[in-house]
Amino acid sequence: MSALLQLSRGTLVTSWAPLIVMLALLLLAPFVLSDFRLGLLGKFLTFAILALALNLIWGYAGMLSLGHGVFFGLGGYAMGMFMKLEGTGGKLPDFMFWSGLEELPFFIAPFKYAWFALPMVFILPAAVAGGLGYLVFRSRITGVYFALITQALSLIVSILFIGQQPYTGGTNGITNYSTLFGYQVFSPGTQLTLYFITVIALAVVYLVLRLVVNSRSGRIMIAMRDDENRVRFMGYDPAILKTIAFAASGGIAGIAGALFVPQVGIISPSSMGILQSIEIAVWVAVGGRGTLAGPIIGAVLVNAAKSGLSESFPVIWQFFLGGLFIGAVLLFPAGIMGLFRGELSRERFTRPLTRIRELKQQGIGGVVRQWTTTSFR
Amino acid sequence: MSGLSMLRPGMIATCVKVALGALLLISVIACSSAAPAATTAPAQTMKETAPTAPASDAMAGSMKEDASGVIKVGVLHSLSGTMSISETAVKDATLLAIEEINASGGVLGKQIEPVIEDGASDWPTFAEKAKKLIQSDEVAVVFGGWTSASRKAMLPVFEANNGLLFYPVQYEGLETSPNIFYTGATTNQQIVPAVEYLLKEGNTKFYLLGSDYVFPRTSNLIINKQLKAAGLEAVGEEYTPLGHTEYSTVIAKIRSAEPDVVFNTLNGDSNVAFFKQLKDAGISPEDLTTVSVSVAEEEITGIGAENMVGHLVAWNYFQTTETPENTKFVSAFKTKYGENRVTDDPIEAGYFGVYIWAKAVEKAGSTDVAAVKEAAKGLQFQAPGGLVTVHDSNQHVAKTVRIGAVRDDGQIDEIWNSGSPVVPDPYLDTYDWASGLRESVQ
Repeated sequence: MSALLQLSRGTLVTSWAPLIVMLALLLLAPFVLSDFRLGLLGKFLTFAILALALNLIWGYAGMLSLGHGVFFGLGGYAMGMFMKLEGTGGKLPDFMFWSGLEELPFFIAPFKYAWFALPMVFILPAAVAGGLGYLVFRSRITGVYFALITQALSLIVSILFIGQQPYTGGTNGITNYSTLFGYQVFSPGTQLTLYFITVIALAVVYLVLRLVVNSRSGRIMIAMRDDENRVRFMGYDPAILKTIAFAASGGIAGIAGALFVPQVGIISPSSMGILQSIEIAVWVAVGGRGTLAGPIIGAVLVNAAKSGLSESFPVIWQFFLGGLFIGAVLLFPAGIMGLFRGELSRERFTRPLTRIRELKQQGIGGVVRQWTTTSFR
Repeated sequence: MSGLSMLRPGMIATCVKVALGALLLISVIACSSAAPAATTAPAQTMKETAPTAPASDAMAGSMKEDASGVIKVGVLHSLSGTMSISETAVKDATLLAIEEINASGGVLGKQIEPVIEDGASDWPTFAEKAKKLIQSDEVAVVFGGWTSASRKAMLPVFEANNGLLFYPVQYEGLETSPNIFYTGATTNQQIVPAVEYLLKEGNTKFYLLGSDYVFPRTSNLIINKQLKAAGLEAVGEEYTPLGHTEYSTVIAKIRSAEPDVVFNTLNGDSNVAFFKQLKDAGISPEDLTTVSVSVAEEEITGIGAENMVGHLVAWNYFQTTETPENTKFVSAFKTKYGENRVTDDPIEAGYFGVYIWAKAVEKAGSTDVAAVKEAAKGLQFQAPGGLVTVHDSNQHVAKTVRIGAVRDDGQIDEIWNSGSPVVPDPYLDTYDWASGLRESVQ
């Protein structure tokens, strides 16, 4: 609890610096990177927003969601449908024709209007997360059971989207967009604009989350993570608080998905499946959950490594990536941000060695036990 | 209390480190490219950062030949994930062709240098890697893709950057991208003639079974039109999700519908389950004809020849196809990759696609996309599966249609072929019953 008491105005002021430096670097990136690399960075930043969303619910509210790909995907599909319908000029999109539809289904038709589609990017995933969250949290389901339920959600939704080809484009997803608000989607100018919008969105999400976790309700959320019963005894209703946090987290993930689609040019069920959903947790874990900078660094670093390694070693890159994850979890359980914790000391550099010694003593069972007890709360 | 580290006082040192970390990240991204060692990173950065010439502008219109005397080409297949089992073999065939061309002097006197990328069975990754190959590596052409989904994901990238893709797999048609050459069959080179063959053989009751995605859906849309024109109607149409393995219900439905033929557009693992369970249900090829269009020699190895003996498949090439070119191709493939490897239709298409591109480049005298496209018109090549001719306008190739029956050693005996190469017609414009198809997708 001591850390909670240390919250003061002074800390807020000093810790603005990393945000400003990071923001400056991101804004300078277009002058340094080629169009292709900038496009990649833009994509990674949408993943950073997604990681921040997961971090809110996992790092601060203590519930590991393995279904965040779904919320990302819902936001992406809302955006994708909007762009697709803009491209066809209200005509039937090609994938609907292949599947034998004759006219636009009534529940998809409104997505041709920006005033409907853009808010839906947030509302749709937030509503799904809120609905599911309320049912789950009301029944006081927590820990590993919550993780399993959300994982099932990502499996169910991705199968549903694959199966409903007339409405969702099936396995292919929705692709081949031409314009966004009348601009050519793939022109360098549009892509640059989208990059800046993504940077701004990331900054705004970071700021909002920062205000939230430092606010009174943020502190209750953290208290809930550390001891839910105590919060309940104090008269708060954890179910409601968790539902709100989960819905907000889902909505933010939806925004990330909507920014992803015009930059990458496709949204498909593979972006919302189990694999993708677990990967999001990996980014957060590598960066350091429960910190605000950690997920951003984790998402960008892991994805940069993924792209870089697969380019250099197209056949065996997954082994390197796997090794990286195992190494990160075993040696840096608090993630990259964990390395910066505390005062500068010799101990920091020898910590991984200490950790190896500990692991040797604990054996595999000990490692697994430690990981599961710390991850699902 | 680890989670609250950001909120502690005295964080200035941390801020600096975070900033340094961010700087490092950006430089990682800036430098991460196909460069095998970090030592080449500065040169890479210099090349990519020239602010006056953004990569995409320099690229517009013409891919440049490397001054160092090599021509870079991209090879983009899934080397990991569910599709890797099929696509790795196509990558192997593409590399074999490149090796052969290089051994005989290369193209325009230059060696071809393949840049291999992993699409990872993930469609957004295909789009990312395609963009990387075109913009960063500045490859002259990309050979790659298998699933329609991967092609659909790459198509906008190739069109926006004026790249060139050779796509080696039979597909559902209804597409002609100016930036894609389709060396696999379109519907009138596989599905339509297969249905014609079955009709001619006196079959009237068709049962359509497929995986639930765009290829089976579109194929069956076309087959339904074709049957309607013959005064018939499918007695059943069933879709199962990709990866589905429980077929007893479907087999029961097939039994009660009593079809003459099951037209099978299942893909991947599902075929293993379907044919095994069909055999277990006591239904033999004598009782019920099945025609598969996504099962080739490579897949038969996985399904087990004993489960498929006597069932029919429709393709443009079999390993057993008797041409001098094929004898040479099969033996070269086995020598390079192992005696137990088999060749099949997409492998062959992945192989001869490289030759077609190389011939077009020689003819054009450059790797410029527009020039290569122009030079490729009407180009002919003696492929292992017979003569192929690039169509003048739709960038598909004319190829011979073959129907065969599976043997107990997993090879295929040809029982019918079209006699001569069939001109590709992706929108089925030459078929009266298919009128309106082109209008509805364009």
